[in-house]
Amino acid sequence: MKKFRYSRFRRELPLVIMLVPALIFVAIYRYGPMLGVVMAFQKFSPAKGFFHSKWVGLDNFRNLFSMPDIGQIIFNTVFISFFKMALGIIVPVIFALLLNEVSSSGLRRTYQTLVYLPHFLSWVILAGIFADLLSKDGIINASLVNLGFERIGFLSDQKVFPWTMIISDVWKGFGFGSIIYLAALTGIDQNLYEAAAIDGANRWKQMLHVTLPGLVSTIVLMTVLSLANILNGGFDQIYNLYRPAVYRTGDILDTFVYRLGIDNAQFSLSTAAGLFKSIISSVLIITSYRLADKFAGYQIF
Amino acid sequence: MKKNTQPKSNGLYVSKGRKVFMAVNLLILTLLALSCTLPFVNLLAISFSNKNAVAANQVKLWPIGFNTAAYEFILNSSQFVRALGVSIRRTVLGVSLNMILIVLTAFPLSKSNREFRLRPLFSWIFVITMLFDGGLIPTYMIVRYTGLMDTIWALVLPGSLAVFNMLVVMNYMRSLPKELTEAAAIDGAGHFRTLWQIVLPVCKPTLATVTLFSFVTHWNSWFDGMIYMNRVENYPLQSYLQTIVINPDAFFRNATNVSESLSRFLNLTNARTTNAAQLFLATIPIMLVYPFLQRYFTSGLIMGSVKG
Repeated sequence: MKKFRYSRFRRELPLVIMLVPALIFVAIYRYGPMLGVVMAFQKFSPAKGFFHSKWVGLDNFRNLFSMPDIGQIIFNTVFISFFKMALGIIVPVIFALLLNEVSSSGLRRTYQTLVYLPHFLSWVILAGIFADLLSKDGIINASLVNLGFERIGFLSDQKVFPWTMIISDVWKGFGFGSIIYLAALTGIDQNLYEAAAIDGANRWKQMLHVTLPGLVSTIVLMTVLSLANILNGGFDQIYNLYRPAVYRTGDILDTFVYRLGIDNAQFSLSTAAGLFKSIISSVLIITSYRLADKFAGYQIF
Repeated sequence: MKKNTQPKSNGLYVSKGRKVFMAVNLLILTLLALSCTLPFVNLLAISFSNKNAVAANQVKLWPIGFNTAAYEFILNSSQFVRALGVSIRRTVLGVSLNMILIVLTAFPLSKSNREFRLRPLFSWIFVITMLFDGGLIPTYMIVRYTGLMDTIWALVLPGSLAVFNMLVVMNYMRSLPKELTEAAAIDGAGHFRTLWQIVLPVCKPTLATVTLFSFVTHWNSWFDGMIYMNRVENYPLQSYLQTIVINPDAFFRNATNVSESLSRFLNLTNARTTNAAQLFLATIPIMLVYPFLQRYFTSGLIMGSVKG
């Protein structure tokens, strides 16, 4: 028995050795910062460090939630990310359905290559482009004026700014996001279409009764998985495109945490806000992966 | 890459409604594709245009007063070239380290719990890092304490294991037929040899996809550069570009102060043309890479992630 155990150990040892380098990096750079969240319960000062800063219990959280803007910021975050989520599913599905109707595979691939492009570029570059295109005298506004419309303050009008964020984010991601739906479409049994055609279903009816049901499980899966992002409004995008004039409707938790921590040196308050977000997010992630496993048979690990 | 799922019409008769639909469909798809590409055509046109035409917002999709002054200007200024160098270094180092760790981690975790009894424990250790993260300030402090500030390693080590990408590779490995590794084990191959000689060669689609993701992540990262580099000379390209996006005149003013030899370009170029040129140059590596790996996306990303 002992010998048997020893040989199993010998057999599994190389597997553990393979994991060691990653474990070291993860321990230092992922678990190390987690210990740093004690700051959220301290009145942290860099001079005193983690061990000598004063413990203040939940004071930082109390201060955080008594800040006058916090309700608005949470609302902004949820508003922006909800519409990014919803449109971020609807638009790729529609795109996949339309693309699937194109019979030439070369043409299909060309469309795909073109619409993937924004997905692979950083928000820094895209913000540089949008700041130009969407400015008061930019091409888009010039075209609007030519067509007889009024100029729109895409990046400067409080009412419009969240929608600029939502639509530009959907624009960036819809192409790449359609991959999973296109893959699901190839998995639909061809015989179903023939059977439907024999029963007299036209293309539209086939789409409703064969194609869409074939996509439902993927759509449910993607919806569930995206729930986990409800508190991620998209830091990279908003940070590079917002300005004080649109803070009221454009400021999200992550940009707020950043300004608290870096610009105002409120280390403890910023960490408390980050921890709050982290806790809500992990509850959402665990719940959504559970749901994904239950309804779509999806397992992350 | 992908088979069309709709039954092809037999060519004898295509209804009129179908023809109209196909025309409208192609129109919509073309508009969508144009929306994703025209902004870059505009950017390119601006970068090659005369500054006066740009200032008057006349440039649309074709350069006006074609010249290459903006490109000569930035390639002769040290800021852009130096930032490009930092980006290339971080990308080479970062992608190599990412891929080594991903492969070394995905393989053991792709074993069944029976083959590797500690697997659930190790899986959780990695997955928990996807759920919780210490946040901005604590991570910054660890990077400081470990002495990485203002070094290239600050951009490479903290994100050295991309857990999500690792799980993509792990799921792919799990979807491989068991016989593959069992046969190797019977032939006396150890785990390292099995991984290197048997498993990796058949993982090409997923490795190609994940290498691309890793490349894109490193190439596009800007935030880490801004917080871990105190000196602007150490900024990678995207962090440096961020400074000119937020403050459009920054590059132009610095560069014109720094170098007298550049003044000969000043009658042709201004902040907007030089910024457009810099943004465009930064997108070139991406445009050169992803179209060639596109055929691997579907199989590389999706295989194995949905059971039964």
